[in-house]
Amino acid sequence: MIESPNPVVRMLSGDEAVARGAWEAGVAVASAYPGTPSTEILEEFARFPNVYAEWATNEKVAVDVAIGAAYAGKRALATMKHVGLNVAADAFMYASMTGIEAGLVIVTADDPAMHSSQNEQDNRTFAKFARVPCLEPSDSQEAKDLTVAAFELSEQFDTPVLLRLTTRVCHSTSAVRLETGSWKLEESADDESPIPNPQSPIPKFPRNPAKYVMVPGNAIKRHPVIEARIRAVAEYAETCPFNRVEPGDRALGIITCGIAYQYAREVFPTASVLKLGMTWPLPERLIRDFAASVDRLIVIEELDPFIEEAVRLMGIPCEGKRIFPLVGEFDPRVVRESAINAGLLPGDLHVALTGVDVGQLPARPPVLCPGCPHRGAFYVLNKLKVLVNGDIGCYTLGLIAPLSAIHTCGCMGAGIAVAHGAAKAGSPEHHVAVIGDSTFFHTGIPALANVVYNQSPVITIIMDNRVTGMTGQQENPGSGHTLQGRPAPRIELEPLVRALGVKHVKTVPAYHVEEIEKTLREYLKLDEPAVLITEEECALLPSARKRWVPLEVLDNCNGCTLCFRIGCPAILKSDELDEKTGRPKALIDASLCTGCEVCAQVCPRDAIRFR
Amino acid sequence: MTNTLNFLLAGVGGQGTILASDVLVNVGLAAGYQAKQAEVHGMSQRGGSVTSFVRWGKTVYSPLVGAGEVDVYLAFEVAEALRNLGQLRRGALAVVNMQAIKPVTVTSGGQPYPDDDRLRAKIAEVTDQAVYVDGERIAAALGNARAANVVLLGALSALIERSGLAPELTPDDWLRVIAGRVPAKYVELNRQAFGAGREAVGEGQQLS
Ligand SMILES: Cc1ncc(C[n+]2csc(CCOP(=O)(O)OP(=O)(O)O)c2C)c(N)n1
Repeated sequence: MIESPNPVVRMLSGDEAVARGAWEAGVAVASAYPGTPSTEILEEFARFPNVYAEWATNEKVAVDVAIGAAYAGKRALATMKHVGLNVAADAFMYASMTGIEAGLVIVTADDPAMHSSQNEQDNRTFAKFARVPCLEPSDSQEAKDLTVAAFELSEQFDTPVLLRLTTRVCHSTSAVRLETGSWKLEESADDESPIPNPQSPIPKFPRNPAKYVMVPGNAIKRHPVIEARIRAVAEYAETCPFNRVEPGDRALGIITCGIAYQYAREVFPTASVLKLGMTWPLPERLIRDFAASVDRLIVIEELDPFIEEAVRLMGIPCEGKRIFPLVGEFDPRVVRESAINAGLLPGDLHVALTGVDVGQLPARPPVLCPGCPHRGAFYVLNKLKVLVNGDIGCYTLGLIAPLSAIHTCGCMGAGIAVAHGAAKAGSPEHHVAVIGDSTFFHTGIPALANVVYNQSPVITIIMDNRVTGMTGQQENPGSGHTLQGRPAPRIELEPLVRALGVKHVKTVPAYHVEEIEKTLREYLKLDEPAVLITEEECALLPSARKRWVPLEVLDNCNGCTLCFRIGCPAILKSDELDEKTGRPKALIDASLCTGCEVCAQVCPRDAIRFR
Repeated sequence: MTNTLNFLLAGVGGQGTILASDVLVNVGLAAGYQAKQAEVHGMSQRGGSVTSFVRWGKTVYSPLVGAGEVDVYLAFEVAEALRNLGQLRRGALAVVNMQAIKPVTVTSGGQPYPDDDRLRAKIAEVTDQAVYVDGERIAAALGNARAANVVLLGALSALIERSGLAPELTPDDWLRVIAGRVPAKYVELNRQAFGAGREAVGEGQQLS
């Protein structure tokens, strides 16, 4: 039993460990936009005493906020999913140019295999691109340790640091020793969460335009500085404790990093391993010496051949993506099979599969929840057979049959501008853009301003459920409170949209199917920008749950199946057939139904009522 | 314990698989093993499939378990039990919850849903070490169907004990971890649920 208070050991996910590390490192300000698999970092960090944590409106804002805090002399953190760094790239790049006053760490949570993402980009390339060091943990203990180290590195070299996680690090749990870190601790009854002393007074914000005003005349002088800086970090990488050789059999040498290290160790227990905790810049001498010490050198890394290419550029022969997949994530079996295929391991697979054939199974796609306020609008869009340029959020599930009402979806904030572009290209149909409230605050507003400024008849539906639903009901500027539970002004959408200059704006309760249809039919006759706001809080919010009352199907149901077209998981086909039509009658699962009455509105026979 | 013990939990969002795997990984730690857990819960809220791996051992590297290397299977739902069956090694221990949660592709889409006979036949092809438990009914009889996950953990604990795979472990290790993870007012309910799960496989329920 590991129950002694010193050291305290806890099972933490990688995300929780980063939060803990940030707290132990004395981070004062953290800003983020939610995104799987990074979201839990800020949710966890926000609970520590004496810290400030916020949901920013988007990742670029989050990074700018963190930069501001780091300029002001406080350690600062910004976290995001991998594609968030695309949004934040501009800020990330200038932060590299200016450097900081206090530690600045940007966390990117990459998603190999795209468990919940639109692509599987490898963000190590961003570190190289920006001349910024990149650290990559392999488990939760390292996630915490490297977070602390990242802040020290940041201050030592006057640079932002990129901490790169992947889904299997973020969402895996392993043991972590808790420490109190750099906080000066007061005696506290509870050993686990010591209360830090009040923070030191804020130093004066720097007045140093040569470093912090990136006009060309200053920037041109900074560029050589950051090139020299990354060379200095490379020198440090040669001896930094996170890059280590685990000596073993000389026949095979493996360079590896991140979660792939775990698979490498599991599949090649006796090989020599160079484990890189810092994957940019790379320690050339260390790699050279390691390569010279083994007969055959391979690189095991998920996604891009990032290390492999760099090693080849050093003129060192090695193999990587010739053996291991470029696409998707690894697991021990993937690594073992690839190694066997390449002759690195003897013939047979270590374990045989049973080869059981379970036959056809019904798919279980994610669907809009029962009572989801997005459902009614999608039912209407499908009915009207209009072209819909979608966006990213729960409402992307409007794609799935039987709603089948999303025709494009690329990245957050894209839908409105894609619709505008299609309209300007002369697309013969009316384009409807569908966007969630959080996505509208994220990157939708500039796109709508563009529609107004350059005038196109795009119809925008803002699905306002008052939360950032997809990632787990995080607060946003329309929620009325903040990440740390403080009350906040609610930014109302209708006045905002009107202020942008949209003349046709209407807010409709999201469960009013008829009203939505009527409004859309009117809008389809217009030749001007129009906005429909469908408003109803997410059915999963505690306040909404209190109002759940299940419906039931009455005897006069004749099995017409219209209610199935709304794709609600609470509506089932019953075993009872209608006498005349011979079709199964509908049945409502009372344990799932919330009583939103969208089905009742589409029922032509008034056969769905409250119990 | 020799080497590692690999668990796979499979179910549907909302069934309490996440709590169950959290308990499992902490039981491993409490028993003095290295323990790791990995899960994908991105879309679970929306009724999607949820799977999670837990590993115990002297040294555990990968949090993921490769196909064919699962030693212990905890399946919360009939279709999901079948969906992930190919991951098991021959002769794996399995606790299968006989709950059917039909996805929309079945309820309104008309796809067929597997029946219990097919489930048992397919599982029998892979292992003769499976037990079938009606966790929901047992938990409901105790007053709260949501404790079904702890009923299953109880059944699992008995199965592991019988197998001798983790001799270091006692039922108290499990109960202590569970008690630390549920709200105080539910501790007693969960204790009963755990016991009922053990009974369900110890009394009457034969290894099939
Ligand atoms: C750049 C970027 N950041 C974050 C995400 C993760 N993400 C996907 S949808 C979404 C929020 C959607 O919220 P909202 O627009 O309110 O729609 P809802 O899910 O509530 O329907 C987020 C944060 C992403 N895909 N891309």
